Amino acid sequence: MSITNESVQHVAELAMLSLDQPAIDRATDKLNQVLWMIDKLQAVDTENVEPLAHPLDATQVLRADEVTKTNNREALLSNAPEAQDGQFVVPRVVE
Amino acid sequence: MTLHTQSVTQLSQLLSQGSVSSTELTEHFLQRIESLDSQINSFITVNREGALEQAKLADTQRASGSAGPLTGVPIAHKDIFCTNGLRTTCASRMLENFIPPYESTVTTNIAAAGMVNLGKTNMDEFAMGSSNETSFFGASRNPWNTDHIPGGSSGGSAAAVAAALAPIATGTDTGGSIRQPAAHTGLTGIKPTYGSVSRWGMIAFASSLDQAGPMAKSAEDAALLLETMVSHDAKDSTSVAHPNGAFSSSLNSAVTGVRIGVPESFFSADLDAEVGDAIQQAISQLQKLGAVIVPVSLEMNQHALSAYYVIAPSEASANLSRFDGVRFGHRCGDPKDLKDLYSRSRTEGFGAEVQTRILVGTYALSTGYYDAYYRKAQKLRRLIKEDFEQAFKQVDMILAPTTPSTACKIGDKFGDPAKMYLEDIYTLAVNLAGLPAMSLPCGIANGLPIGMQLIGKAFGEAGILQMGHQYQQHSDWHTQRAPLALQEVSA
Repeated sequence: MSITNESVQHVAELAMLSLDQPAIDRATDKLNQVLWMIDKLQAVDTENVEPLAHPLDATQVLRADEVTKTNNREALLSNAPEAQDGQFVVPRVVE
Repeated sequence: MTLHTQSVTQLSQLLSQGSVSSTELTEHFLQRIESLDSQINSFITVNREGALEQAKLADTQRASGSAGPLTGVPIAHKDIFCTNGLRTTCASRMLENFIPPYESTVTTNIAAAGMVNLGKTNMDEFAMGSSNETSFFGASRNPWNTDHIPGGSSGGSAAAVAAALAPIATGTDTGGSIRQPAAHTGLTGIKPTYGSVSRWGMIAFASSLDQAGPMAKSAEDAALLLETMVSHDAKDSTSVAHPNGAFSSSLNSAVTGVRIGVPESFFSADLDAEVGDAIQQAISQLQKLGAVIVPVSLEMNQHALSAYYVIAPSEASANLSRFDGVRFGHRCGDPKDLKDLYSRSRTEGFGAEVQTRILVGTYALSTGYYDAYYRKAQKLRRLIKEDFEQAFKQVDMILAPTTPSTACKIGDKFGDPAKMYLEDIYTLAVNLAGLPAMSLPCGIANGLPIGMQLIGKAFGEAGILQMGHQYQQHSDWHTQRAPLALQEVSA
């Protein structure tokens, strides 16, 4: 399969990347190179093969539902690009 | 005596004899970093003050008799492990100023063993690359020849150890990122079985493939550090208790009768003749040590590249969605609304290769393509794993090249996925199958090291480390040093 400029624009929006036209063109070229490589997998017969999500076929371990995390709000906020009154600041969302 | 070319095992002895203090040793390596690293750009952050404090503590522990074998030995950490209070960038503009409020399990374990953290090493941005050229902080260079790449993504760790700026280092391996740079710089590097080493606090690339491991000057040193790195960690839900974690205890046992599989398809036209010849010689040497060589078939390996470049970018696109410019990391100036904040922060913060992989992953997971790509790749992943299981019915381990050629020149393959992605054709399948594998040096061509790979059964690290150690008892490739490692620094 090859991918068009319009599809790359759409995928970029899904991925929250704002690409201008030259960047879209470059990404389209790059993606087509990668897709050409990965499309070879379509030739393999995988009928009746179960997908493998975890290399050791392990399943998710569950723990008791107990509070284990301590409150370290200040430490976490120290990396925030913008914080105020113990909160992360973002542009206004609701008018 | 030249301290910097000694193995970790030797340094440990010198410390316990009191021939050198950890403070002297740490100062020695810090001075080497400060004098020589401008030639190879292997460190992003040097931890001078912190390292000297840790060394002082180690000396106290040595004096009071509460020291372990690694107490006071310096180490460098790939800049992908979160270190409490010490900047951790993942070589990205996105995390240029990120100071973690917590410590990864790997670095916690290593600090608990008393090792001294010299600093954080250069890497490909978010571990996405095979040459260290995608780093926001500039490419690292190969100490054997600074016109060449050190490999990647753990290229800074490889370069630092190969230049004797650190006695040993940590790396991470998602598709070959420990083994390929180890091969390109003459080091011994091991990626353990998936789940053996906790991923907690290790910045995620592709969570079902990522594993951390040591990058060392010998199998013996690698075994010693790996014993410290392996732990069952409740904070990583994919962490498992290793059933056979005493890696050093069997190093000296003979390898007579051990069956080594050699997959013929790995020795095809893709492989440079000089690399193939060096590996054939190593095979003959292992036969002389009593190992039995058995041809095996790993035909599914030819599909590892396609499966990997669907699964790894898919997981990466999900993992990297956390970088949104709100809670930590780069934030764009003057966002006009929330979407603008997310999109521009991400576009400014991520480099070109990271953006490509996010786009590939987002595409492969998007409506209408999920079955054709992601699900299909996961089915192939099972076939690749079953292929190994078949081979391991006949043999104890598998021997293969680590890379098709020696390290290329900087710039030769950069930005060209069709060339760069082929660097990892021999290493990717191991991650997909979750198996342990080690690269160790077995030759030099045109002044650049050649590596070979030993692949073990799940949790079979002890066996491949033993084979590697026995080979190194009868060869001297691992004691060859890059010119930069032999350069002295005046105090």
